[in-house]
Amino acid sequence: MGYERQADFGTPEVRSDTAVTCFIDGREVTVPAGTTVMRAAALTGGSIPKLCATDNLKQFGSCRLCLVEIDGMRGTPASCTTPVAEGMQVHTQTPKLQKLRKGVMELYISDHPLDCLTCSANNDCELQDQAAAVGLRDVRYGYEGENHLGEKPDISNPYFDFDPSKCIVCSRCVRACDEVQGTLALTIDGRGFESKVSAGLTSDSFLSSECVSCGACVQACPTATLQEKAVKEIGKPERAVVTTCAYCGVGCTFRAEMRGEQVVRMVPWKDGKANRGHSCVKGRFAWGYAQHQERVLSPMIRESIDQPWREVSWEEALSYTAREINRIRDKYGRNALGGIVSSRCTNEEGFLVQKLVRAGFGTNNVDTCARVCHSPTGYGLKTTFGTSAGTQDFDSVEDSDVMLVIGANPTDGHPVFASRMKRRLRQGAKLIVIDPRRTDLVRSPHIEADFHLPLRPGTNVAILTALAHVIVTEGLADEAFIRERCDWDEYQHWAEFVSAERNSPEFLAPVIGVDAEAIRGAARLFATGGNGAIYYGLGVTEHSQGSSTVMAIANLAMVTGNIGRRGVGVNPLRGQNNVQGACDMGSFPHELSGYRHVSDAATRALFESEWGVPIDPEPGLRIPNMLDAATDGEFKAIYIQGEDILQSDPDTKHVAAGLAAMECVIVHDLFLNETANYAHVFLPGSTFLEKNGTFTNAERRIQPVRKVMEPLNGYEDWEVTQELARAVGLDWNYTHPSEIMDEIARLTPTFAGVNYARLDAEGSLQWPVNDTAPDGSPIMHIDGFVRGKGKFVVTDYVPTDERTGPRFPLLLTTGRILSQYNVGAQTRRTANTVWYPEDVLEIHPTDAENRGLKSGDWVKLASRSGETTLRATVTDRVAPGVVYTTFHHPATQANVVTTDYSDWATNCPEYKVTAVQITPSNGPSEWQEDYEAQATRSRRIAGTAMEPAE
Amino acid sequence: MSGHTADKLTYMANQIARNMGHDEAPVASVADHIVAFWTPRMIGMLLAEQGAGLDPIAADAMTRIAAGRIPPPQTRATDPAVHGSDAG
Ligand code: SF4
Ligand code: SF4
Ligand code: SF4
Ligand code: FES
Repeated sequence: MGYERQADFGTPEVRSDTAVTCFIDGREVTVPAGTTVMRAAALTGGSIPKLCATDNLKQFGSCRLCLVEIDGMRGTPASCTTPVAEGMQVHTQTPKLQKLRKGVMELYISDHPLDCLTCSANNDCELQDQAAAVGLRDVRYGYEGENHLGEKPDISNPYFDFDPSKCIVCSRCVRACDEVQGTLALTIDGRGFESKVSAGLTSDSFLSSECVSCGACVQACPTATLQEKAVKEIGKPERAVVTTCAYCGVGCTFRAEMRGEQVVRMVPWKDGKANRGHSCVKGRFAWGYAQHQERVLSPMIRESIDQPWREVSWEEALSYTAREINRIRDKYGRNALGGIVSSRCTNEEGFLVQKLVRAGFGTNNVDTCARVCHSPTGYGLKTTFGTSAGTQDFDSVEDSDVMLVIGANPTDGHPVFASRMKRRLRQGAKLIVIDPRRTDLVRSPHIEADFHLPLRPGTNVAILTALAHVIVTEGLADEAFIRERCDWDEYQHWAEFVSAERNSPEFLAPVIGVDAEAIRGAARLFATGGNGAIYYGLGVTEHSQGSSTVMAIANLAMVTGNIGRRGVGVNPLRGQNNVQGACDMGSFPHELSGYRHVSDAATRALFESEWGVPIDPEPGLRIPNMLDAATDGEFKAIYIQGEDILQSDPDTKHVAAGLAAMECVIVHDLFLNETANYAHVFLPGSTFLEKNGTFTNAERRIQPVRKVMEPLNGYEDWEVTQELARAVGLDWNYTHPSEIMDEIARLTPTFAGVNYARLDAEGSLQWPVNDTAPDGSPIMHIDGFVRGKGKFVVTDYVPTDERTGPRFPLLLTTGRILSQYNVGAQTRRTANTVWYPEDVLEIHPTDAENRGLKSGDWVKLASRSGETTLRATVTDRVAPGVVYTTFHHPATQANVVTTDYSDWATNCPEYKVTAVQITPSNGPSEWQEDYEAQATRSRRIAGTAMEPAE
Repeated sequence: MSGHTADKLTYMANQIARNMGHDEAPVASVADHIVAFWTPRMIGMLLAEQGAGLDPIAADAMTRIAAGRIPPPQTRATDPAVHGSDAG
């Protein structure tokens, strides 16, 4: 597509069952009742001049440019605030209106610099457009009077500037920050001529303000006042391609606005059904890593990890790799080989990696990083409901009356969805937060959780069972729903279990660390407050009872009848962009695509006939089992696409030992990541900007990823996998990822109706897409559960074996923050580091005082697995006895301290509970120093002066 | 064969048994779970421990798995004669 601004209908869409027909300049139009005259006019293809209105903000009515005349109505009402009425006759262009509008425009322009030709928004400025639209030719008031032209710009934000001299005080930015983002960072200070936009009362710049750099205000600004720095540097975009963010599981879609091969800016796509035109700082601005100087663009090999890397041609790298794979298979057997599918790569790429492992290596030893995040979701929801996925779309939140958020911090982890939740909460929905930390959602502008239950880490199952106890014993269960939709005998067995006194809030309160009355109150609110929706994240799954917690959540939704319609449901907030997709694609060692067990002969037969090879009927190794088998000397080679298991997986020392014991570690990535320190082959990867494919977000929404520039390394990732497959003897001939999707659709019933033509036409599709749901499935289990009857599973609370004691008296829990992403490989290579240059440890004032610590001090964080050092922040966000950190920076290596305990059903690591001790420290630990030295040695490249990447 | 890995597998089996203890037929549930998610090699390693360190439900589940194992899967999964050529 060439460059056109996104359509703006002036005011938001209205939902109504009643339709109204009116006439705009004689053109008939029928719209939902409540629609404004401005929007109705835009829908007829006309456009009424406007400045303060835009269609993702509530109408404001301040600029008076959008005046119209309406038959039978006195005066000239503002079209943006006037709703249409049946039979209404509207005139948008009359001499009277023209004169009035010109007068308004003249006032604006008289206080605006007339440097249009040299302005970076030239030809992309609504003020300029509207001046032309109203036919303004001259301005009667000169610049001699008082004006704002000399005001200094604020350039503190790394991605956008604020130039107040160009501001027309339309307050679109303020409203965008309030209504769309929910941060309320901006205000209009002063009155009349003195009024101006300001980033809060307590700060003097955007960077030091509450602003989280989501970009909503920049997008809303009709002038060059708030504008991306890149537009100033590169120039106005000349084409736009719609694609999908590669960071988190929200799956925001963007218009990559390009000039030549350069991205000028990523602008949230208003038609995107996941984000509805909003974004966060990562997707909107943090894409500069794609061009980062540390990207490795040529393949490299080495015989052993103490040698420097040797740059080689693709042919040499691939033939070396194939020789090694064949050698290892001949010597140790096919089960000495394996692979890891990335949750960041596309569905098509993931599908090919697991196909290579199953069909080429001849083993089911394939796993995905979902192992360490949402594998319990897959297990738990499949067991209870029959489908390994969330039940709702994001729009559903608009109809929720009570939200229960457990083990998730959407403000930081899923920011765009958090904004949508907050909007609903500001409209009056109730909120229950179950989290050891006082997350932002607990108290943010105009939002206060009705209940915050700050439980002790590791007691999720206990608290959920206690909630169920209250619901069942107080007669609040939705018996009609349960009788109709669930297995009644299983329900009774479960109800008897939860009703036992030992599962009452009073009995469990000392274990959970939360007042019993608060648990009772939350249970009553959830059961009786209307549509109840549960949202959860890794604070649920990354525990020794992660799967039990997911099933306990499913039980809670079923017992209250909160499944199968808008506003309710069980909603896992997925971490990485394509966790859902990676799981769907058969990346788990026991399942083929569409969650079908490898032991199922009919499913295997389908794949065997398509691929022409036998499929092993036995499950393969999971990532932790691969590492164990490696240290046992039985697992020797691994192909890792787009993952950094050394940094992201628990018990770093064990991961390092496992990798060191292998004979051929193949890392396919953008950068020499930490895992690559143990690699023998490095295959350069491509970014999401450089490839075609699809991602599937947390709503099961399959969305296109489109190539906006050529891959710097020469190949899209699926092409590299295909070349590797050919090198080991497979006859693959895909010419485009759409052909891979066609194969997925042939082999996977839930994807049967998915193809690129339909994705292009619809923008996105939510699986299942098949004969019964040809247009996809925004909400699941509407008429019945996928498995037939919903299954109540007894979830007995089994305390984790990770216990505090005299040596390790505190509980460490981990999480993430807004500006950084996962192991930080991408975000650390962008200007986002201004917000978070290092991982810090949050510690409660009492615990800090006992140790003589203050904010900014270096501390040693030690567990039975290992120790590391980082700086402390003293805060009462965490409860006494609990400390918290993130794992975005390799220098910290927070996973040196996490243990090898894991979820009983899936082996998802117990990241969220580690017994630790904190003591003052002077600097890096011995492990950190050794590690740094090893990493530096390992990153040497023969014949270059390349400095270490970190 | 590593004692460390065998210890881990024992721990895992006990953990599964503790979490499935309330199922209507816990032994069958635990056995099914292990067969569904463990590789034949892992099952073989734990069987070789002959129940040492296993809780009763886990031990019974392993006995049940041993009784139903025909033929031993670790050979089946690794035998090229059964599963065709290497490259496929
Ligand atoms: S960038 Fe976002 S958070 Fe910052 S002021 Fe603008 S709208 Fe508010
Ligand atoms: S900064 Fe832009 S959006 Fe905000 S008031 Fe000024 S012109 Fe309007
Ligand atoms: S919310 Fe997630 S998907 Fe959306 S822009 Fe931010 S990182 Fe990307
Ligand atoms: S657009 Fe209607 S008053 Fe500004």
